[in-house]
Amino acid sequence: MAEVERTGADAGIEVAPTPGKGSWDLAGMAQLSQSFVAGKVLAAMADEDPDIVVITADMKFSNMTVDFERVHPERFVNVGISEQHMVSMAAGMASVGMKPYIGAFAPFVGLLAGEQIRTDLAYPGLPVRILAHHAGIAIGFYGTSHHATEDLGLMRSIANMTVVCPCDATATEAALRQTADLPGPVYFRLGRGRDEDVYSGRPEDWRFGEAAVLREGGDLTIVGNGITVAPALVAAERLAAEGVESTVIDAHTVRPFDGPGATIAEHAGRSGRLLVAEEHNVVGGVASACAEALVEHGLAGVKLARIGMPADEYSLIGPPTHLYGHYGMDADGIEAKARELLAN
Amino acid sequence: MTNPLDVDRSERVQEVRDRAAIVRRETVRLVGIAGSGHYSSVFSCAELMGALYSGVMRIAEDPEWPERDRLILSKGHVAIGLYPLLAERGYFPEDWLDSYTRLGSPLGDHPDMRLIPGVDFSSGSLGHGLSVGVGMAQAARMRGYDETRVWVLLGDQELNEGQVWEAAGSASHFGLGNVVAIVDANQMGLDGMVEETMPVEPIGGRFEAFGWEVTEIDGHDPEAILDAAAALPPATGDKPQCIVARTVKGKGVSYMELSRTWHIGYLTPEDSAAATKEIDQRG
Repeated sequence: MAEVERTGADAGIEVAPTPGKGSWDLAGMAQLSQSFVAGKVLAAMADEDPDIVVITADMKFSNMTVDFERVHPERFVNVGISEQHMVSMAAGMASVGMKPYIGAFAPFVGLLAGEQIRTDLAYPGLPVRILAHHAGIAIGFYGTSHHATEDLGLMRSIANMTVVCPCDATATEAALRQTADLPGPVYFRLGRGRDEDVYSGRPEDWRFGEAAVLREGGDLTIVGNGITVAPALVAAERLAAEGVESTVIDAHTVRPFDGPGATIAEHAGRSGRLLVAEEHNVVGGVASACAEALVEHGLAGVKLARIGMPADEYSLIGPPTHLYGHYGMDADGIEAKARELLAN
Repeated sequence: MTNPLDVDRSERVQEVRDRAAIVRRETVRLVGIAGSGHYSSVFSCAELMGALYSGVMRIAEDPEWPERDRLILSKGHVAIGLYPLLAERGYFPEDWLDSYTRLGSPLGDHPDMRLIPGVDFSSGSLGHGLSVGVGMAQAARMRGYDETRVWVLLGDQELNEGQVWEAAGSASHFGLGNVVAIVDANQMGLDGMVEETMPVEPIGGRFEAFGWEVTEIDGHDPEAILDAAAALPPATGDKPQCIVARTVKGKGVSYMELSRTWHIGYLTPEDSAAATKEIDQRG
């Protein structure tokens, strides 16, 4: 079942919900990649909650919300290529009591429809959830029009907003379920879905609102989210082989940031060195949030290094994995930057 | 013998006239409190708003009644004209009006659904309202509110916004006969005549091309407004409805009518007195 599911989806072959059951048999499937999980999880959530609606903008095969449509066609809406309309329309639905989940490429919902998100969702505090997928430079060679390396900066500064960046399928399911009852809007920043598993063996470690400490060590603190979490763990492993111990933290909840436990500030303060790696411009995203947190906690002396899109650059053209390598967002890049920081 | 229906009707027509006068008079007064306001945009839709609250909209004592009709002021800057009607219905105390735009007041230049009972959506950013209305109409159907209509009041210069047409296309595609777009075609935007700044005609033709059923009326004639509302097909229909209301910006105060200089801002005590006098005479 698991193998068929993954192969089938990758090959573009239609797969169907388990015969005789209302929805997808999530438990019976092996670890799905991130992009194949949201539609199925939402379908399962909608079995229990009659108010859930899923909307997309001519992208049901990109975000696989088609999996929701197959189970709940009467609660699936396709607005065509009109992301701004989609956001405002979802706001109207939410005001009448529905709980819309809306999906589109991150640049076209998180950036293009930014004003609608701010004015129609966040200002009235309506429970609309945005699945902003293929975020960052995940669509690689499509070019800058299809990249979103500023969305965290925008979303992070919007009052009433919740921003979550899960790094794999387990985290995505946890994020969707654990935020289901929040009264206001949520921005889910998702990748293109070819993520490596981080949480499949430890789903209990993903808790909304709390930065997840995935590894502990006193020499260096590495913070990532999304596609940088798995390579940060690899880099930490390599450093440990030489006796350098790192803490690795998944800063998946970007707003509110760092939770009541101030996990990131505490670890960074203890190690004195903080490396932040993110698939975002180095301005405005997780690194900025970390810097704010450090200063607010009186930890301005912590040495900070940032990996991300350079402040004044748009991404080169290239396959995503090549770009991650070029900009140092992979294990080699994180390891190299960590060594630099440790040498200072 | 007089037909009782005609009596009811003439009473309703008079109600619309009275409410339009309230809208204009209170707008002049509240502009005085704020020191500024979008008065002439309100004057063009005073009869339209008056009619909506004179039996056209299906609303109840409880402003949160789930199956009520919704009104979205897509041209949110006419909220100053809506507030007196909401106060009249008892949705909030009359003395809230005296706090209009003062520090911490629930009543701003644009309406806030979280602060004001009876406001169905927070608006102000032009071009969003029809999309919001399409969403409300879909949700009403999903929840089985078959008689609920969603009324969206738009300006004519607002129709420049591209999102309006994203919404217009989707309303007909989704078969939302429970959406009524009222275009207050008052002929003017901030910079002057719509026709010169960026034309939107033919308004009715554009909506028809997007699959809507269109009625054109004199937006200052209470009978025409009530007739158009009464002639709407049931909300369960599959064609969204558009009422193009031909109006005059500043209507009701002769020195303001179709004048670019009287759109927004301060009214001196003399301006206000002259305006109120004329409203009282015409009302």
